[in-house]
Amino acid sequence: MSRGVAMEKLTDGHIIRRYDGELDNLRLIALEMGGLVINLLGDALNAFKTQDLDLAHKVVAMDNQVDELEVKADQEIANIIAKRCPVSSDLRMVMAVSKSVSDLERIGDEAVRIAGLAIQAIGNEASDPNSQMLRDVNRIGSMAMSGLRSAVEIFDIWDEEKALQVIENHNDMEEEFQADLRHLITYILEDYRNIGFAISVVLVIKSLERVGHHAQNLAEYVVFQVSGEDIRSDQPS
Amino acid sequence: MTPMFFNQFDSNIAMVNEDERQNFHRDASRLRKRLQISSRDKEVVEDDGTVGQWSISDPRISCRNVDVNYGDKQAIKKVNLDIGRNEVLSFIGPSGCGKSTLLRCLNRMNDTIPGCRVSGEIKLDDEDVYLKHIDVVPLRAKVGMVFQKPNPFPKSIFENVAYGPRIHGLTATKDGLAEVVESSLRRAGLWEEVKDYLDHPGTSLSGGQQQRLCIARTIAVNPEVILMDEPCSALDPIATAKIEQLIDELREQYTIVIVTHSMQQAARVSQRTAYFHLGKLIEVGETASVFTQPIHKLTDDYISGRFG
Ligand SMILES: Nc1ncnc2c1ncn2[C@@H]1O[C@H](COP(=O)(O)OP(=O)(O)OP(=O)(O)O)[C@@H](O)[C@H]1O
Ligand SMILES: [Mg+2]
Repeated sequence: MSRGVAMEKLTDGHIIRRYDGELDNLRLIALEMGGLVINLLGDALNAFKTQDLDLAHKVVAMDNQVDELEVKADQEIANIIAKRCPVSSDLRMVMAVSKSVSDLERIGDEAVRIAGLAIQAIGNEASDPNSQMLRDVNRIGSMAMSGLRSAVEIFDIWDEEKALQVIENHNDMEEEFQADLRHLITYILEDYRNIGFAISVVLVIKSLERVGHHAQNLAEYVVFQVSGEDIRSDQPS
Repeated sequence: MTPMFFNQFDSNIAMVNEDERQNFHRDASRLRKRLQISSRDKEVVEDDGTVGQWSISDPRISCRNVDVNYGDKQAIKKVNLDIGRNEVLSFIGPSGCGKSTLLRCLNRMNDTIPGCRVSGEIKLDDEDVYLKHIDVVPLRAKVGMVFQKPNPFPKSIFENVAYGPRIHGLTATKDGLAEVVESSLRRAGLWEEVKDYLDHPGTSLSGGQQQRLCIARTIAVNPEVILMDEPCSALDPIATAKIEQLIDELREQYTIVIVTHSMQQAARVSQRTAYFHLGKLIEVGETASVFTQPIHKLTDDYISGRFG
C-alpha cells in the first residue's frame, strides 16, 4: 500500500511542469553520483587485488568528479528550496537527496582510501599479498559492492520493501566483517611476516565496512522519503 | 611483545565495532511492523470524515455537524472542528471550497446574506451562537473580523478606532477613549506611523497601513476571537511580514482564524491547519505535520501543487 502511494505520487505531475523537471534532474544527479562511486569502489578493489598501480591512480584522480557532482547537487537543492518551497513528499525527497549525496561522497572517499592502500602496498616489499587474505577482501568486497548497488538501485525506484531488505542484509554483513577481522588475526599469529599486508587488509575491510554503513543510510533515506518515517533513531529492543 | 600488540589491536577493533553496531544496527523486522502500522493509518484517507485531530480539549469554539446552504446549493458539508484558545488556525483550500463561508458562520456574518442557511451547532465558550436570543452586536465585538480588502470607515484615523469602543460603551471618558485608541494602534504596530496624523482620513493611508488600522479597530473592542479572511492578499512582503508579526503577538491573548491562499503564510503563522475541499473539511492537524506529512492525498496534492 505505502509503495503504491509513493510510486503514484512520484509519477503524478505538478501543475508547474518545470518543477517536475527540476526534481527529476536532482534525482538524476544523485543517481549519477551513485553510478560513479560504484565504479570507483569496484576499480579501487580491483587495483588492490591485482596490484594495478595505474588503476589505483586513476581512482584517486576520479574523486574530484564525485565532489563536483556533490557541489552541483547542493546548488540544485538550494535552488529548489528557494524557488519552490517544497512540502510533503517533495520536501522529503529533496532532504533525502541532500543527505544521500553526502553519503555518496564519503563512499567516494573510501574508494580513494582503498586505492591509496593499494598504491602503498604495491611499493612495499614487506607487504606481499597473501592469497588467503585476498580471498577475504574479495568476499567482503563483493558483499559491500552488492549492498551499494542495491542501495543505489532503490534510490532509483524508491521501493520501501527493497530498502528494508538492504538494511537487513547490512546486518548480516556486519557479522561477516567481525568474522573476517578475527581470521586476519589468526593469519598474523601464524606468521607475523604477514603483518604489513594484513594491516592494509584490515584497513581495506574497515573502509568497506564504512561503505556498508553509508549504503545503509541511503536505504534509510528512501524509507524516510516513501513513508515519512525517520527510522534512524530506531534501536533494537 | 607481538601478541600484546595484536590483542590491543583486536580489542580496539572490537570496541569500535561494538559502538558502531549500537549506532547502526537496525532491526528490520521491527521496522517493518512499525511501517505497516503507519501505512494503515494512511489507509483511512479515502474515508468520508475529517482526518487528523479536529477535536481538542477545552476549545474556545466548537463546530459540530455544521451545514451551510446558499439557496439549494450546499457550501459547507457536515463540518466538525474545534478551535483552541491562544492558537492560530489557518483555513486553506482551493477557491470556492467554503473557507470564507465557514469563517463568516463563526460570528454570524452570514445572517445578512439572503438565502444563506446555517444548521448544526457552533459554540463559543460553550454557548451556542445561533440561539434565537443571542444579540449579534456583542457577538461580533467578541468575534472580530478583518477582511481581505482593508475597509476603513470614511472617517479620521482616530474615529476609525474609537468608533467600536464608543458604541459598545467600553469607555465613558474622552481620555479613556484616547487611551484605547493609542494602545490599539500600538498593538497593531501602527502608532509610530500615524500618531501625528490622527485626524487624517483613514483612507489616506497605504494599503498595508489601512489593514493594520482595521486590525487596530478590531482589537479596540477587546475581542476574544479574531477572524481574518486573506488579510495580506493585497499587501507587499514587508507589510505582510508586519501583519504576520502582529498575528504572532496577538496569539498570546486571542484565538485567531486566518484564511489564506499562501501555503507559506499558513505554515509561518498558524499552529494548526485545516484543509477544505468542495465544502468538506478534509484534514486538520498541527501545521508542521500537515506540511511535511499530510495524511490525506487531497491535502497532499493541494499543498504540493499537484493535479488533484
Ligand atoms: N453570497 C453567496 N450566495 C450564493 N453562493 C455563495 C455566496 N457566497 C459563496 N457562495 C458559494 O459558496 C461556495 C463557497 O464559497 P466561499 O466564498 O466560502 O469560498 P472560499 O473558499 O472562500 O473561496 P475563495 O478562496 O475564492 O475566497 C462557492 O461555491 C460559492 O459560489
Ligand atoms: Mg474566500
